[in-house]
Amino acid sequence: MYKSLADAIRDAETRGVTLATVALEAESNDGGRTIDDIRQTLGRALHIMRGAITQGENPDLRSASGLVGGDAAKLNSGPDGPLSGTLFRDVLMRALAVQEVNAAMGVIVAAPTAGGAGVLPAVLTGIAKAKNISDERIIDALATAGLIGAVVAERASLSGAEGGCQAETGAAAGMAAGAAVEMLGGTPSQAGHATALAQQGTLGLVCDPLGGLVELPCVFRNATGAAIALAAIEMAMAGITFAIPVDEVIDTMGEIGKAMDVRYRETAGGGLAATPTGRRLAKERLVQIKRASG
Amino acid sequence: MVSLLDIIGPVMVGPSSSHTAGACRLGLLARGLVGGTPQSAHIELHGSFARTGEGHGTDKALVGGLMGFRPDDERLRDALDIMERESLAYTFEKTTLGDDSDVHPNTVRITLTRNNYSAVMQGSSLGAGRVLITQIDGYPVEVTGNLHTIVLVAEDVKGSVARIATLLAEAELNIATLRLSRKQRGGDAFMVIELDERPGENVRDTIRALPWVRYAFRLDKVGSA
Repeated sequence: MYKSLADAIRDAETRGVTLATVALEAESNDGGRTIDDIRQTLGRALHIMRGAITQGENPDLRSASGLVGGDAAKLNSGPDGPLSGTLFRDVLMRALAVQEVNAAMGVIVAAPTAGGAGVLPAVLTGIAKAKNISDERIIDALATAGLIGAVVAERASLSGAEGGCQAETGAAAGMAAGAAVEMLGGTPSQAGHATALAQQGTLGLVCDPLGGLVELPCVFRNATGAAIALAAIEMAMAGITFAIPVDEVIDTMGEIGKAMDVRYRETAGGGLAATPTGRRLAKERLVQIKRASG
Repeated sequence: MVSLLDIIGPVMVGPSSSHTAGACRLGLLARGLVGGTPQSAHIELHGSFARTGEGHGTDKALVGGLMGFRPDDERLRDALDIMERESLAYTFEKTTLGDDSDVHPNTVRITLTRNNYSAVMQGSSLGAGRVLITQIDGYPVEVTGNLHTIVLVAEDVKGSVARIATLLAEAELNIATLRLSRKQRGGDAFMVIELDERPGENVRDTIRALPWVRYAFRLDKVGSA
């Protein structure tokens, strides 16, 4: 697999193919599986992603702690906002839905992680629905997203415990932005700029879940992560470029993650988790969970 | 090497790929070291595993893995209840296994027994569900679980590696990696062999029957690739 997006973009553009093509070829060479076989696995992932979105639209869904759930349904049937009826609102709904299912210990696709699992399916399936894009092209986009995530794993991190939320919802936003640009017909180079634009918008983002539960703010970070991805997609499709090369933006994320205090890396020692309300909610709800599980 | 399918995956029960799916995979690998569901296990949690494990269901996932549940098995939610019902003696301890610079924040050490077999495994959950076993019975190893793996301890006799390699070739198994470590010259040698294909029980039994092999186990791959 590639360790640099610049290398992948150069290979794809030299040959006049997509990033999805070079990603699938690299994966096939590494793992000995046929491209058809890999696409089938990605197709199954897409199926699970859609299933999670459907489950998450249930207004009665609640996490084990009761802290999150039911908010995706509000974007479906709640009062209008300025973006009602748009792709934007639908993508937010999808991101919340997947993450609410995850918090309820339902089945999701960790892409790249469970904590950041809402962004990619929300952005890809939301855009695909609005623009009538085929499943085959969504599957290609998942391959592109996988390539971007693999480069992030290699150069930086995909773990909140190592790099904060910038390594989870931030990386997910970068993956979704690059993949969606290619799905919409953008060039590999435009996809790279989209990834850089999304990732730069999440640099420094801490991982501070209440009580260490992947619930709050994780559910909402997925929605705002998806919003950042949409912003990056819109800018990159308009031909806007980001001056710092995408690999260097990813390296920066890794460097910031290393310097991040342990309180901000999934330990519930700082950030929103350490606020008076955060501590109180975690204490109340965690006790509840322990009692419920005997 | 990172696989694209590790990134778009695994399909898993929430809420955390490192604390739930990764923990489950570590439990599955540990189980392989004693050849099945251990009767007893002492689970030492380090770093973020210790600090936030309960909220993330790490305890349920580790126990579920030890009982043979995979990361997408919805029974993980009820793993602790199932453990009690099956009268399995698993205990937890929060501890420090080393400095932050040496030990990954999501690390666990599991001491487990099943019938006459016992093992101590230390491993880490690296993020996105990927795992790495770093120690087995005190020997430094690197097992990712991305491939089928055979681990064995043998007396340090000449030609042992060649003999094992021949045996695997005869079984038409392709060796992806082979690592040998020992604590001292002439002491026991610890072999970790990663294979492209799943070895049959007969292969494991043939290896076990070699007079200089103390024990051998098969670890099924746990990666999504």
